[in-house]
Amino acid sequence: MTPSFASARAAVRRGRIVTAAALAGMAVVYLLALRYTPVEAHQGLAQKIFYLHVPAAWTALLIFSLMGIVSVIFLWLHDERLDLFAEASAEVGLMFSAIMLTTGPIWAKPIWGTWWQWDPRLTLTLFLFFLYVGYLALRSSIHDPLERGRFSAVVAILGMLLVPFIHLSVYLFRTLHPKPVVLKPSAPSLPPEMLRTLLVAFGVCLALYLGLVMMRYGAGVAERLRDAGGEAGEVPDAA
Amino acid sequence: MGRALRLALAIAGKDLRAELRSRTAFLSAVVFAALVLVIVNFARDPTALPALALAPSALWITFAFGAVVALNRAFAVEREHAALDGLLLAPVPREALYLGKLLANLAFVGTVEAVALPLFVLFFDVPLGHALGGLLMVTALATVGFVAVGTIFSAMAVRTRFAELLLPVLLLPFMVPPIIGAAGLTSRLLDGRPWSEMHGMLRLLVLYDIVFVTLSTLLFPAVMDE
Repeated sequence: MTPSFASARAAVRRGRIVTAAALAGMAVVYLLALRYTPVEAHQGLAQKIFYLHVPAAWTALLIFSLMGIVSVIFLWLHDERLDLFAEASAEVGLMFSAIMLTTGPIWAKPIWGTWWQWDPRLTLTLFLFFLYVGYLALRSSIHDPLERGRFSAVVAILGMLLVPFIHLSVYLFRTLHPKPVVLKPSAPSLPPEMLRTLLVAFGVCLALYLGLVMMRYGAGVAERLRDAGGEAGEVPDAA
Repeated sequence: MGRALRLALAIAGKDLRAELRSRTAFLSAVVFAALVLVIVNFARDPTALPALALAPSALWITFAFGAVVALNRAFAVEREHAALDGLLLAPVPREALYLGKLLANLAFVGTVEAVALPLFVLFFDVPLGHALGGLLMVTALATVGFVAVGTIFSAMAVRTRFAELLLPVLLLPFMVPPIIGAAGLTSRLLDGRPWSEMHGMLRLLVLYDIVFVTLSTLLFPAVMDE
């Protein structure tokens, strides 16, 4: 499908529907977290932030890995749609890492007794945030779309490999975070209600990512067409 | 391979000859490193914290910022008079160009470090003695890692607006694993801890070097394509 203003508009429209559905899903997650899941014995109600914090963290990490993989393919195929997808993903990923960085300290204060701790996973999320910001800063300071695509792809690929190194190196310090409770070789050690709510929340975050990326992707396509059309003297059809 | 290495050495030689002839960049970088050491010393409460306790941090803050300043210059010189276009037109594989630039940057950063290290020993009254060999090895391992990434970022940043600002924003996150490893090793070396406590961090440095030198060499052509 060749990009056109009509297809860009369609992508934005579809994105709006998915985003609205995801936001409704987020309301359901809140209801489930407050009414369906049991109150955690040691942490009390403070633990409820888990249902936003952990899915946001997973989503931010997943988006960054996805950007890295898409960037490898972009450098190979030079399809600008991949670059637009990576750009859209970076902006949404920045949002999720901001959610994770704000909910983290709010949760840490009552439970660890401190807003901030140089714990491996918290530090990792901080660097994920820095990487997203650096990626977007680089993009916004390059005018030529081809050069912008190649340069930012290089940063995304290097960043994807930096993430495990940050984790490894900060681990040589010390950790306060609980041991993994879901993603581990044995069965998850969560009550089933909590696990189900967590998975629903993760699904909702993924849907939110999808919806926002579709909207941003459509806007990106329209932007490119406008810039290209401006050079060729072509007038975009009325919105 | 032999030809690529010869070309890389020729490019590195060209850069270093240009540095030697003007010396301004090198002298500024050395003075900058000395100033960072001074600032770290005075940004400390002398009644609460002895200078030696802060020594590993001071050393690695200095090396990190010194390297950023040095790397900012690496491709800025190529930009003037469109020298980079000349290099790209020459029948030089991009990988050899990267390797040449990497070697020149390593020589430049390494020389700054070589001057900063005695100053560090002097300012912070560090009993280096037995730790010198280990510290040189750790410095070499850490420097190779972040200069490898810094070389490719410097090539990109120079072609953007705000190059001087963008390079540290991109590069400093990549400096964190080598700095954590190197600073940890430095304090253990100065304390005379046994080698068994250093395996993990040494492995981290070596692995980082292998991954990022390889990856940067592979990705450099994407930065240089016209």
